[in-house]
Amino acid sequence: MATRVGAVVAAPRDVEGDVHLEGVTRRFGEVVALQDVTLRVAPQEVIAVVGPSGCGKSTLLDLVCGLQRADAGTLTAGRAVLMPQRDLLLPWLDARDNAALPLRLAGADKDEARAQAHTLLAELGLDGFERARTWELSGGMRQRVAVARTLLSGAPILCLDEPFGALDAITRADAQAWLAAILHRTPRTVLLVTHDVEEAAVLADRVVVLSPRPGRVVADLTVDLPRGSAGRTPTDPQVVAVRARALDALRGAMA
Amino acid sequence: MAAALVIILLLGGWEAYARLGSIDDFILPAPDQVASSLFHDRGLLWDNLLVTAQEVVLGLALALAAGALLAFALHSFGPLRRAIYPLLVGTQAIPIVTIAPLLAAWFGYGILPKLVIVALVCFFPIVVTTLDGLAAVDPEQHKLLRTLGASRAQVFRWVEAPAALPAALSGAKIAVAVGGIAAVFAEYAGSEKGLGHLLLQSIPQLETARAWAAVVVLAALAITCFSLLALVERRLAPWAHRKDPAA
Repeated sequence: MATRVGAVVAAPRDVEGDVHLEGVTRRFGEVVALQDVTLRVAPQEVIAVVGPSGCGKSTLLDLVCGLQRADAGTLTAGRAVLMPQRDLLLPWLDARDNAALPLRLAGADKDEARAQAHTLLAELGLDGFERARTWELSGGMRQRVAVARTLLSGAPILCLDEPFGALDAITRADAQAWLAAILHRTPRTVLLVTHDVEEAAVLADRVVVLSPRPGRVVADLTVDLPRGSAGRTPTDPQVVAVRARALDALRGAMA
Repeated sequence: MAAALVIILLLGGWEAYARLGSIDDFILPAPDQVASSLFHDRGLLWDNLLVTAQEVVLGLALALAAGALLAFALHSFGPLRRAIYPLLVGTQAIPIVTIAPLLAAWFGYGILPKLVIVALVCFFPIVVTTLDGLAAVDPEQHKLLRTLGASRAQVFRWVEAPAALPAALSGAKIAVAVGGIAAVFAEYAGSEKGLGHLLLQSIPQLETARAWAAVVVLAALAITCFSLLALVERRLAPWAHRKDPAA
C-alpha cells in the first residue's frame, strides 16, 4: 500500500465538515453515557476517540450522525454518515452493488452508481472482486467494501466505529495503511472510535481520550506528524510517545 | 440411497402384511395391486392429477402473494400485528371440512373455492416464516440505512424484501405438503374432477387399490412441488444457503 510523503494542505474553513460539541450530555434513564463533552473537529481533520468499553464512544458517533439526540448541550455538525463496527454488507448484493448502495439510495442511475463503485473498489485494491458475493470475500476485503460504501455516501463527515476491530493484526495494519492513503487523497472529517491506542496514534491528527462512564474528555493529544507520511508507523518515536501519553491518560481516568 | 432402502423395506413389510395378514384387500391393498392400478388407471390418474395440481399450484401462489402482503402489513404496523396475529392463529384451528361446504356455497363448484381453501391452509406458514424473516433483519442494518438517508420504501426495497424472500419460500415449502390435503378436502366438498374426487369415488366402489394409487400420485405431486420450490429458492436467494463468515 503506497503511502505518500506530503505536507498537510491547509484545509479551507467549511461549515459542512465542522463538528462542534459544547457541553453535550446523553443519558439513558439513570445511566449517564456522556457527560459535558466539549469537542471541536475542524474540517478534514481526523480525530480518534479512545476510551474503555462502555464509555459512550459509540453514543458520541450516534449523536454526531443524528441517530440520537443530546439531553443537554449543543451539537452542530454537517452531514455525517456512520460506519458501524460490523460491515453489514447485504448478502443479496455483490461487492460492487454493496459499495454503490448510498448512490442508489440518493437516486443515482444504476450504471452510473456501479461505475463509481467500480473505480473506488479498484483504488482500494479490490480489482477483480467487484462481482464477488459477500461470502466470497475475506474479512479485510469486506471491510474495504464497507469503507467504499461509507465514502460513496459523499458525506463530508465520516464516523467510523471500530472499523478494524474484528480483523487480525496483519490485515489490520494493512487496512490502516489503505485508509490513511484514501484519506490523504480525498480528505474528509473523520471521527474514528477505537480501543486500540496504537491505531489512534497512527491514523489520527488528534487523539481524544474519554473516561469510563460517564464519558468525559480527559485528554486531547495532538500527533505532530503529517498523516500519510512515511514516519507514521507504529514504531515512530512520535507515535510511540502519543500512544504512551494516551495510555497514561486512560490509566489515570480508570484509577 | 438411504431413502430408497427405507422405501424398499417399507414396501416389503407392507406387501408381506397385506398378503399374509388377515386384512381384506378392500381395506388394505398390497403394493403390487396399487402399482398395477397406477399402470392401468394411468390415464384417469393423469387427468385428475392435472386438476389437483392446478388447484395446489395456483392456491399456493395465491397464498404466497396474500401471505407476504399480510406479513409486511403486520410487520409495519405494530397495533395491527397485535390485533390480527392471535386471530390468525385461531383460524388455523378451524377444520377445513367445516368451511369447505360454505365456500362451495359461496363460490360454486368450479376451481375458485378450491383455490381459496388451498390458499387458506397454505397461507399461515407463509405469514409466520415471512414475519420471522422480517423480524430477523439486524437492527444495525436499519441504523445503517437510516444514516445513509434511506426512505421507508427504500428500506423495504433494499433490505426487507430480499430478507423476507427466502423466509417466504421456506413457508411455502412447509405449506405445499398440507396444500395437497387441502385440495383433497376441497374436492370432497363438491367437485367433478381431481384426485380427491377420484378418492371419494373409488372407496365406495371398493376400488381401494385405485384410491391408494391416487394417494401415491398426490404424494408425488407434493414432492415435486417441494423440490421445485427448493430449486427456486436456490436460484432466487443463494445467500440463504451460505454461512456468511463475518455476519
